[in-house]
Amino acid sequence: MTATDPYVGRSVLRLEDDRLLRGSGRFVDDVDVPGQLWVRIVRSPLAHARIVGVDASEALSAPGVVTVLTGEDVADVEAIPLRLDWPGYELEPFLQPVLARERVRYVGEPVAVVLAETPYLAEDAAERVFVDLDPLPVVLDAREGIADEAEPLREGRTNQVVLMEKGYGDVDAAFANADHVVRAKFTTGRHTGVPMETRGLVADYDPGRGRMTIWGATLVTHYHRRVLSRLLGLALNQIEYRPTDSGGSFGVRGDFFPEDFLVAHLAYKLGRPVKWTEDRAEHLVATNHARQQRYEIEGAFDGEGRLLGLRTEVWHDKGAYLRPTGVTVAEITLGILPGPYRLPAYQAKLHVVTTNKTPIGAYRAPGRYQTTFARERLLDIAAAQIGLEPAEIRRRNLVAPDEIPWEPGLIYAGESFMLDSGDFTGMLEKSLEAAHYAEWEQEAAQLRSEGRLVGNGIGYWIDKSGLGVYETAGIEVDPSGKIRVLTGGASTGQGIETVMAQIAADVLSVSPEQIEVIYGDTNLIPDGVGSWSSRSTVIGGSAVRAAGLATVEKARRLASEFLEVAEQDLVVEEGRVYVQGSPDRGMTYGELASANDTLTAARLDEDPGLGAREIFIDKHMNYPYGVNLVQIEIDQETGGIQVRRAFCSAECGKAINPMLVAGQAAGGVAQGLGGALLEEFVYDEDGTPRATSFMDYLLPTALEVPPIQTLLLEDAPTPTNPLGAKGMGETGIIGIGAAIGNAIDDALQRPDTVHALPVTPERMLALLETPVHA
Amino acid sequence: VTLLPVSIEINGTTFNRTIEPRLLLSDFIRHEARLTGTHVGCEHGVCGACTVQLDGRPVRSCLLFAVQADGHSVRTVEALAVPGAKLHPLQQAFHEQHALQCGFCTPGFLMTLEPVVRDTPVQQLDEETIREALAGNLCRCTGYHNIVSAVRVAAERMQGNGESAES
Repeated sequence: MTATDPYVGRSVLRLEDDRLLRGSGRFVDDVDVPGQLWVRIVRSPLAHARIVGVDASEALSAPGVVTVLTGEDVADVEAIPLRLDWPGYELEPFLQPVLARERVRYVGEPVAVVLAETPYLAEDAAERVFVDLDPLPVVLDAREGIADEAEPLREGRTNQVVLMEKGYGDVDAAFANADHVVRAKFTTGRHTGVPMETRGLVADYDPGRGRMTIWGATLVTHYHRRVLSRLLGLALNQIEYRPTDSGGSFGVRGDFFPEDFLVAHLAYKLGRPVKWTEDRAEHLVATNHARQQRYEIEGAFDGEGRLLGLRTEVWHDKGAYLRPTGVTVAEITLGILPGPYRLPAYQAKLHVVTTNKTPIGAYRAPGRYQTTFARERLLDIAAAQIGLEPAEIRRRNLVAPDEIPWEPGLIYAGESFMLDSGDFTGMLEKSLEAAHYAEWEQEAAQLRSEGRLVGNGIGYWIDKSGLGVYETAGIEVDPSGKIRVLTGGASTGQGIETVMAQIAADVLSVSPEQIEVIYGDTNLIPDGVGSWSSRSTVIGGSAVRAAGLATVEKARRLASEFLEVAEQDLVVEEGRVYVQGSPDRGMTYGELASANDTLTAARLDEDPGLGAREIFIDKHMNYPYGVNLVQIEIDQETGGIQVRRAFCSAECGKAINPMLVAGQAAGGVAQGLGGALLEEFVYDEDGTPRATSFMDYLLPTALEVPPIQTLLLEDAPTPTNPLGAKGMGETGIIGIGAAIGNAIDDALQRPDTVHALPVTPERMLALLETPVHA
Repeated sequence: VTLLPVSIEINGTTFNRTIEPRLLLSDFIRHEARLTGTHVGCEHGVCGACTVQLDGRPVRSCLLFAVQADGHSVRTVEALAVPGAKLHPLQQAFHEQHALQCGFCTPGFLMTLEPVVRDTPVQQLDEETIREALAGNLCRCTGYHNIVSAVRVAAERMQGNGESAES
């Protein structure tokens, strides 16, 4: 490794680690503003009820209380608007108000806000706000929610938000001509991302200057600013969002929630700083949930196991309101269902249904985890019925390299599904080989012959990355030589500072340590789209690259002037521009920035200093793909499932930092295992959530997660960005549920056994007792 | 409200305060001592993010009232490496092995694991033992894989078996 080797492609150690390891990161709860007041949200204890009245008089006279806000105080504030709005749907009636009025629709819905001198006093007083509720019947299941007798959550409307239909080809003919038709029903549970840091906000309004400053909106600060501007009636440029470190996101912290308005509103109204830190019990009912879906699916196959057609109907429990991602998860669910397979005909119907539970939004690989479970389970069941090995039925159906680009005519999320690059069979073979899957199979067979329930499962997944059209970037060279990269992306803990620094370092011929990466600061960065949909590296990184190239061009122009040499005789190396053959005659970036002062800049007709701003527009999403493999053992006494081995491969196009990609994959696998085996939001019959602590909502610990093997390939760079990179933020997690389900079937040697995730010990015991019917 | 005087030593500095008996030790550390490296992840003793050492033993600071620490000595993540100094070998191993992503749970892991890498003989630190040691702390980003490696590397270095730790 020499100094001239590129940083892109290297496992550069992270720039953000030092402060985080020393405990000197700055998370939102670490931000304090002198004189701040504390917010406590009063939340609905019932899942569905008419609000008879809210009596705050006792709370108002409690020690330290400054004010109490109820729904009537903000009656004229519009509901929280959509961030992702696809044409053709009427969604406004289902948006969430900032505080409930007239009716509450889930346990945890904000009903009032108490503002007090300390967090302890705010919490005390919140218990003295009396909310008089008249209970209504509840809807807790998407399918039952659209039955005629179901209680409507909104007067004069059914609970079906949208009936979405997508597809292509002649599906009826496919089924008419099929040698085998395979049918199954699947459900996926209600899960969420559970970042280790709960949400939090600090808002500080300066009435003199008319400026609002906010900390704590981590994922898409520029979008937050637009929404707050609209709801609060302040101009965009009166609102500034400041960055903090972020204790994880996984998509659930990206939305604009009611609290994002309420905290800012109180600061604005009172002219005093206001702070809110969510507690974990609140987080588990108030922050987005995810995933809950029910599938009926059928596949038509020819005699050799080739897919002729796929038909499905899906019921998607959306919870009580649409959060800002609207029906995007539903769009993606149907868009990703065909996967990496040569599917000639497809017909899908999806009911988005509102229920009396916490609203559902996007959580790492939204739609993909569920849809991959349904498709990959169906393939295993079909393989057993047709008499093929699970790997073989996939081999026969994967899109071949000569069929790329594969664009069957499926429109979702505003564009046409198109696999623009890929070697899908190559990925399968390489994965099976790298994992030594044949040995796993021998081992499992051996252990089964000894009476143990050991099995292996495959989950082939595709992802989509880069939905979010454009991203901005800036580069600023300080006269000291320090280089600042500004990105419209955000930190979710994924290592964005390191990745952006690597990309900029190569273009500028400097080392990443010379670069500081700034994100999320609306004062320094005029616009940005944020970090979600695995878009930051591919779109944000491409923008940084463009800004770097423009900076180098400017550096050469300036050096040509100052050194009086033609541009083509200049060399850029190690942060310096010098004359070819005379390395002593040169200027560093810092010297160029300094020399290009205001008078000089005017003379040269240049902007002063050195740097550039660029925007990268993404024309089309790209499609990462890979394989999850697991080996599990079922404890016949307890129903507990031990994961013995886990493997994840991913096609990166280009891995900017392989260490970080492997880290994302391993984390995704662990999170996926949680949803497959442990995690579930369960509700009582009256809609009371039972999982409101970590004693009930079980996250995987180091004992439930095995060592994780990863295989990163760069066989199929995407043509959609100059890096060739595919988004890697959601790898690892997507195929895990499917692989676990398939492995349980294999362990029992009983196809068509697992139909629901998570397979908790309770459910596993029930499955063990179910008579064989296949 | 009854207020009680307490004297709590944190990282070598004594903090004398008069506080409400219900004030959590985690809140005392963060708000009274202004040491924000200790993070609060669940406030019910499951996630381990708030782990500090009380008289040398890892404890969950969200499950203790500050008055219970009166007259005792508390050590937080800030004590592992003073500002400007090199990272503690365990922190360095976390850095090299990519054992943190968002970093929110990390201080709790470090304070739980520091006695482990110092006191448990390397030969005993097999995969299972390390995972047992980690199992009381939740991490949502890493899948624990690289934290296990970091523990092994740090223990080898701290216990003077450096050759296999060089990467």
